[in-house]
Amino acid sequence: MMSVKFNLRTAILLGTLMLAASPALAEAVLHRGNSGEPNTLDQSQTSIDIEAFIVKDLYEGLTIYDASGKIVPGAAESWKVSDDGTVYTFKLRDKANWSDGTPVTAEDFAFSYRRIEDPKTAAKYANILYPIKNAEKVNKGEIPTDQLGVKAVDAKTLEVTLERATPFFLELLAHQTALPVNKASLEKNGAEFVKPGKLVSNGAFKLLEHVPNDHLTAGKNPEYWDAASVKLDKVIFYPTEDDAAALRRFEAKEMDIVFNFSADQIARLRKTFGDEVHISPRLGTYYYAFDSRTEPFNDVRVRNALSMAIDRDFLANEIYSGAQLPAYSVVAPGIATYGEPEKPAFASMSQLDRDDKAIALMKEAGYGEGGKPLNIEIRYNTNANHERIATAVADNWKKTFGANVTLMNLDVSSHYAYLQEGGKFNVARAGWIADYADAETFLALNMSSNKTFNYGHYSNPEYDALMKQSYDERDPVARSKIMHQAEALLARDQPVTTLMNSANLWLIAGKIKGWVDNAPNEHLSKYLSLAE
Amino acid sequence: MFHFVLRRLASAVPTLFIVVTISFFLMRFAPGGPFNLERPLPPATMENLMKAYHLDQPLWNQYLQYLKNAVTGDFGPSYIYKDNTIAELIGKGLPYSVELGFYALLLALIGGVTVGTIAALRQNSFLDFLIMSVATIGVTVPNFVVGPVLTLIFAVLLSLLPAGGWGDGSWRFLLLPMIALALPQLAVFARLTRGSMIEGLHTDHIRTARAYGLPPRTVIITHAMRGALLPVVSYLAPCAAALLTGSAVVETIFTIPGVGRYFVLGAINRDYTLVMGTVVLVAIFVIVFNLVVDILYGLLDPRVRHD
Repeated sequence: MMSVKFNLRTAILLGTLMLAASPALAEAVLHRGNSGEPNTLDQSQTSIDIEAFIVKDLYEGLTIYDASGKIVPGAAESWKVSDDGTVYTFKLRDKANWSDGTPVTAEDFAFSYRRIEDPKTAAKYANILYPIKNAEKVNKGEIPTDQLGVKAVDAKTLEVTLERATPFFLELLAHQTALPVNKASLEKNGAEFVKPGKLVSNGAFKLLEHVPNDHLTAGKNPEYWDAASVKLDKVIFYPTEDDAAALRRFEAKEMDIVFNFSADQIARLRKTFGDEVHISPRLGTYYYAFDSRTEPFNDVRVRNALSMAIDRDFLANEIYSGAQLPAYSVVAPGIATYGEPEKPAFASMSQLDRDDKAIALMKEAGYGEGGKPLNIEIRYNTNANHERIATAVADNWKKTFGANVTLMNLDVSSHYAYLQEGGKFNVARAGWIADYADAETFLALNMSSNKTFNYGHYSNPEYDALMKQSYDERDPVARSKIMHQAEALLARDQPVTTLMNSANLWLIAGKIKGWVDNAPNEHLSKYLSLAE
Repeated sequence: MFHFVLRRLASAVPTLFIVVTISFFLMRFAPGGPFNLERPLPPATMENLMKAYHLDQPLWNQYLQYLKNAVTGDFGPSYIYKDNTIAELIGKGLPYSVELGFYALLLALIGGVTVGTIAALRQNSFLDFLIMSVATIGVTVPNFVVGPVLTLIFAVLLSLLPAGGWGDGSWRFLLLPMIALALPQLAVFARLTRGSMIEGLHTDHIRTARAYGLPPRTVIITHAMRGALLPVVSYLAPCAAALLTGSAVVETIFTIPGVGRYFVLGAINRDYTLVMGTVVLVAIFVIVFNLVVDILYGLLDPRVRHD
């Protein structure tokens, strides 16, 4: 009797195992390299791209980016905008559900946005939603959170009132900070709501497992409204922060995707992997700021001369091996609503002509050979590439002007803390990656009212007035024109000199289908599939 | 013996206190903070963050609060890895580091002592020369070279072993990081053993033992080895503390989810609580292993026995 029972049990066990094993073999699993461990899965706390890739697979905002990086409806199936552009009414999808089966409601979004602006949440990207009425005041603790301009009209209708018309508001809603949280789960679990088994999400995938610094597994969410078109069963994110280690895992076929690799590998990778290497321009700038409070950098001629003498082609092609693109404008190209950015006049000249003009300008200003000595200190945050760039720029300035250039580097925290706290300098490296595809994100950096990011303390009332005008302008075409006028002033004054635009670097295995390179660098796993 | 252990454990308390105090203030006097990012935060956000983490309070106040919490085992939240407390981060990572470090330690110790003994017995032979050359290379070649070379050979070219990750924790995943971690230490153990073994083989009591006609194995293992191990044992403490608390380099190269990386990341990110957590962790390991070594010393050498 005993042995019969035992055999029966064994048979059942074996049968179950075989049943479980057969679909497992057919599972479509994407092994997605992610170049670092997410600091958090809490949408209110995230600030970096590697977190965005994960949380945007788990959650879905009102709007999302499609495979080519364009804004399309997400959890909202449609919306209406009032004539003055200040009231948005979103209609949520009837089929939009959370992974626990409960419906996604307008109140979930209203709650999430209030949570972002609540000063107690201390959300890093709270300012992304500042266009919402009263958001800034709520975030500064001046008025209670219920004064925020969001209202659940009914279970599936959300009304959002803005401070003023914001042409890029739908883009802001696709930012990871604007992803909804499940109110019930958050209230039940508190800070633990981000843990596997507790995290409730409304996106194409749900969190299955998370071993920090090893892997994070997301499985297809059957409750997702568009689950039928999601082709992957699982996405496993690998936080390989070491570029070289990530490449080796790609070469060993342990990962299908690698995000970011070091520029000096590009030539070798192109040779080995051909079309699997994806390099495309990104909405990001690499620039040097001049301290306009200190001599001689307060002289527009000196700034222009220094800017002209930098051989950007060498920096981009030789030092970054083409992983960055030479750039001259403050606004990065690739913004549909803005068009071609404003470049300084010297951008169209050859480097030889620029050098001649630069020497003449510097002489006029009374510095360099035959004039006052030109001492320049370049500050940058410690990094091999930044050091090579600084060395090359120093060499340009030494050769062109006989300048005495010194380099000074600090780790990234110290470098930016110094600049933000108003520390004086000569020339300092900085970078800017757009959070939304609008020229304003780049131009706002140089307003005199911008105490944090205007490192060089450029102060031009004309520029400030144009920027203010652009904020008040409701017609998108007129607004773009005003911003172009403002950018032209920066091209003339060179408070900062843009050196390069950054690029998105990806390795995508040939078997991956549905991948499209795009400037906003948005790649939801729900658009991807594996070729057999 | 019991009193000795008790006394040593009691003296660990002021040691820890001093370590915590010095690291706390050193960390705070470094420029920048946990929220000074490459992409700077707007002032209002910064203010909210400082308030949320009580960083807006006077430094001495934060220090006292930290001490008070630390005594109850609360090492605070991580400023960077926000979903976790320091205790959770270290609690999750430490088992991986300890397991890997323990195997590496065993490999380094057994391998190093064996190889060192062989070299000493064949002093100035070709074998001795070969072993010591390899050991010198082992000490000088850093593991950020050894690690990638091993993966290139065994994972990329031969496809025999995985290139990284903890996987299911089987030997296939652990072998390469274990070797990369153990190699430099193995070389140190080999050199130490060889040196003291050669010295030991020329002492009077060994000569006497040989004169009595004791078999060579007894002479070497029971008599010579005992004295020769003293320097090895004294190196064991810092070595064990270093290996068991993980290596930032090896863990990053092989994507091992241990605590080693937190030493570096904590400092770079100015994650104050994480730095404090790792400092306390290492201090405890060093104190414990020094104690263990002192006890081992007594067992090997009656002259330093703690009765």
